[in-house]
Formats: sequence, C-alpha cells, structure tokens
Amino acid sequence: MALLEVRNLGIAFGGLQAVSQLDMTIETGHLYGLIGPNGAGKTTAFNMLTGMYTPTEGNITLDGVDITGKTPEFISKHGVARTFQNIRLFDGLSVLDNVKLGLHNQMKYSMWDGIFRTPKYRVKEAEMNHQAMKLLKIFDLDKEANLLASSLPYGKQRKLEIARALATNPKLLLLDEPAAGMNPQETDELMKTVRFVRDEFGIAILLIEHDMNFVMGICEEITVLDHGQCIAHGTGKEVRNNPKVVAAYLGGE
Amino acid sequence: MKNMKVFANWKKLDKNFREKTVNYGIVLVAFLVIQILSATGNLKNSISGQLVPICTYVVMAISLNLVVGFLGELSLGHAGFMSLGAFSGTLFWVLNCETLPRPVALIAAFLIGGVVAGIFGFIIGIPVLRLRGDYLAIVTLAFGEIIKTVLNALYLGLDSNGFHLSMKDTMSLGMEADGKVLINGAIGITGISKASSFVIGIVLVLITLFVVMNLVDSRAGRAIKSIRDNRIAAESIGIPITKYKMMAFITSAVLAGMAGVLYALNYSTLVAKKFDYNTSILVLVFVVLGGMGNIRGSIIAATVLTILPELLRSVADYRMLVYAILLIAMMIFTQSPKAIAWRAVMVEKIKARRPGKGKMKQGEEG
Repeated sequence: MALLEVRNLGIAFGGLQAVSQLDMTIETGHLYGLIGPNGAGKTTAFNMLTGMYTPTEGNITLDGVDITGKTPEFISKHGVARTFQNIRLFDGLSVLDNVKLGLHNQMKYSMWDGIFRTPKYRVKEAEMNHQAMKLLKIFDLDKEANLLASSLPYGKQRKLEIARALATNPKLLLLDEPAAGMNPQETDELMKTVRFVRDEFGIAILLIEHDMNFVMGICEEITVLDHGQCIAHGTGKEVRNNPKVVAAYLGGE
Repeated sequence: MKNMKVFANWKKLDKNFREKTVNYGIVLVAFLVIQILSATGNLKNSISGQLVPICTYVVMAISLNLVVGFLGELSLGHAGFMSLGAFSGTLFWVLNCETLPRPVALIAAFLIGGVVAGIFGFIIGIPVLRLRGDYLAIVTLAFGEIIKTVLNALYLGLDSNGFHLSMKDTMSLGMEADGKVLINGAIGITGISKASSFVIGIVLVLITLFVVMNLVDSRAGRAIKSIRDNRIAAESIGIPITKYKMMAFITSAVLAGMAGVLYALNYSTLVAKKFDYNTSILVLVFVVLGGMGNIRGSIIAATVLTILPELLRSVADYRMLVYAILLIAMMIFTQSPKAIAWRAVMVEKIKARRPGKGKMKQGEEG
C-alpha cells in the first residue's frame, strides 16, 4: 500500500471550487512534484494535506490512517511535516530552539520536570540538544545554533525550516516553493540537499515549485494543477510535452 | 587578578544561567539593603509602607509577562485573578488564623488563593483563549470587571447553621443571632489580622521568579513562545496550542492569586474596588515598560513605578504630572529605536575608555 493516498480530494470556499477531484499516490522514498500556474490550488492542496483546511470532499490516507479533516496536530503526529511558501520560523527564538520545537512530540518531559529541573529534565534536554545539533549539522547550520532565527540570511532560513520539519520525524515532507528567491547556485545546492534528505531519512517528499529546472531535475513524478483541476500527470518528460500543460502556462487553446 | 578569572569564567557560562542568577541576585541584594537600612533606622516610613505592595506588583508584573510577553496575548483582566486570590485566601485566613497555627494557616491561605484564582483562570480561559488579539483583550477586560462587580455585591455570613450567601444585603443573609458577617458587600472583609511582611513578600517574589524563569526556559516554555512567534508554524509541527495557552494562562492566574493574598493580608480591610480596571492597566504598564518577555525589566519597572508616587510627595501638587512625564521619558528611553542606538553608542564609549578591557582578553587566552 502506498504511503499517501489522496482520492477525489476537493474543497470549496463558498461558491469557489479551489480544488476538485485531486488524486495522488505517493510511495515511500518518492520525490513528487506538484506544479501549476499561480492560483492553481497547489498551496490549498498542501493546506488540506496538513489539516489547515478541512476538505469538503474526498479523503486522504497516510500509511493506512485516515487523516481527512483531522487537526494539524494530529496529522503532524502521524508523520506529515511541511515548510511554508513565506517562511514561518519562530523569529524570537534561537536556531537551536526552532529545531528543538520540532522535537517537541518526540522527546517529552512534563511542565513540573521543567520547573523543578529534575534529572529527567536534564537527560531529555541533553538528548534534544544532541539530536537538534545533528540535524543542524546536516544543513550546515550548527555554527549558527545560538543566533536568533530571524538573523539568518534568507537561504539559511529556508534550510532551517526544513530542519525543523524533519525534526518532527515525518514519513512525508511537504515543501512549499523551497527554491523561491534563491539564485541558481543556491538552487543547485538545495537540489542536492533535498535528494540527500530523501536518501538519508528514507521519506517521501512532495514539493511545490515554480523553478522548472528544479522540478524537472529532481522529481520522479509530477502532477499539474490548473484552476483546481488535475490536467496532467506523469514523469517530467511526459508532463513537459503535454499540450494542456503548455496551454496552461503559456495560454492558448 | 583572581577577580578577573571569576569574571572570565562567568562570561563562559550559559547565557540563560547568567540571566537567572542576576535576577535572583537583584532581589536578594535589594532585600539585604532594605534589611540593613531598616535595622539601622534609616528607612523612611513612606518607603517601608510600600515594601509589601512593591513585592505584590513585582509578582503581578512577572506573572502577567508570562501571558503578554511570552504567550503574546494581551490580557486586561489580571487584577480580577488578584482579587479572587485575595478574597478566597483572606476568607480562609480570617476563619482559621486563630484556630490553626499561624504559619500553617498563612501558607494554606496563599495556596487557597492561588488555587481559586487558578480554577477561575481555567474556567475563564476556556472561552477566552479561543479568541485572538483585540477580542481576547476586550473579553479579559470584561471578565475582570465582572469579577470586581460580583465581589463588590457579595454578602457572606457564618452562623451555627453554616454559611449564608446573598447578593442583596446583610439582612437577607437570614442568619441566627450568633451569626457573623464575613464579606460585607462593598465594605468587603474587615478586621483582618495583618500577616504580610517584607520577608514573605520577597519569598513570594523568589518563588515566582523560580517558577516563571524555569518554565519559560523548558520544553513547555519553548512551546508557549512558539505560539507567540508563529501560531500556524507551531500547529504544523504538532504543538497543542490550546494546552500551552491554558498552561500559561493558569500559571499566570495562580501567581496573581497569591499576589492578591500577599496584598490583602497587609491591610486590615479588603475591598473589591481596589482590583479594578486601573490596577490591571497599571500592571500592564509595568510589563510594557519593562519590556515584553523581559523578566528583569518587569521587576525594575514595578519597583520604580510603585515607589515613584511616594518619592514625589514633596511636589504634592504636581505629583501626577511629574509621574506621567517620567513615564513618557522612560518609555522613550527604553523603547524608542533612536534612544536604544544612542545607548549602544554610549556603552561603547565607556568600554573604550576602560583600561582593564584589553588585559582581560589576554587573560582569557592564557
């Protein structure tokens, strides 16, 4: 059985059908792309997958668990993590604390352990620090661990967001325009990082991206959305030569 | 030379640890200075009368900072929790201070004040914490006023048949001849045997510091701060928002309740009017002026602004005018970007002038 199964997913805001009849199947270890022109409903689909929006039709199954319309907290605990189109970090906290927050549901101790500084507090905090530093090292952020997240340059903020998402120990990682605002060099580097993450953590990655070199270079399977409808599906090559896709991007009949 | 080594080692310690130690240090030094001044008879009466209120407001400011500064929600009803704590704790104290040993009754009064305020914090938190921003502020304001108004109209008596409660007047309590009125509406609770002291106040301040500073710097505290910084991101990584909002809100209410007990037991009468909107705003001013999320700032702002009106008695006619001007000046000095830049420049200048600086760096390397 596939890791993520999306069947006939749709959502309407009042009279506006933002997404309809979306089908996707993602296996563990897959790199999957979701593309389409602006306003096609890509981020809306992400928001349904992560529980930010409740779908009005269809269902989502993750690893055999029905996660349709569940809370973001529930979905996160069952193994979906995401990054955001406009970076959402905890600006007032350190880089290290941002990742430790990702570990929140992995390593637990109670409020009382924290207030009274019990041995359990010390053990768990040390474990969290160790784990978080390991993740930061992968993204080459370990030297900045004690800086404020907001003080990082743009490219590193994007990386930190991915590190924080990975800290939640996901089975599926959703990246919303990870290469946005990056120069070609940074994009190349990011491509390597994304592949590395997939291999190292053995997870599936679903990404939205406008940079076609990035998508074609990295994704094994692509779904194209336009006006909330799936208009094409297949490998990079198949999608690129699909007349419907060309029309959606360039206009025309 | 030895001093420098201590200083160099001090710099190497964890930043959070240093901050905490300094905060405890400030409170303990202030305590010692006051004790020495009062032992040598150098403490003015006007100041010694303010010691317990200062401790009360420091606890109030730190606890409100947990909600406003760390959780990032504006609460305008903090005095409501203070009055709930004050009334429940004092009621227990009045009933039991003669039968139980005084220290036991006192500790129990503080615990009851805290627990009652905490329970109401939970009950009020359920509807309030669903709201955000301005709406949350307005609703907490309303709850603060409701608590004040209800307590102001509450009559409670005790006779051989037990407790009698009324919202009308003492007559409608319908008590036996041996009955005693405990809470007398707007007159409140009278004939309280005073029990608060500066020492108790300082102990409560230290307890508050311990709880809030350790909470903020732990797994739960991180979660609370993450909600402030980005609620949507916090949700996406599986932080249970409601749980941590509630945790901050209740902890804050419990501490405010205890502050209320401390305050009430410093006087012989307790009236609900004291805990109105103005008190909530006053505490909020301490928090904002001291800096959101800055515990040391809360301590200093609460202390200075509580003493200030007393110190200004010499210019009696212009007291509130001077108070207001100082408040504005302090706000500009601590919060305006230009003033902050100017302060940074001044600090650099002073550092450059100090000759010991270069030597210390050598010592660190060696």
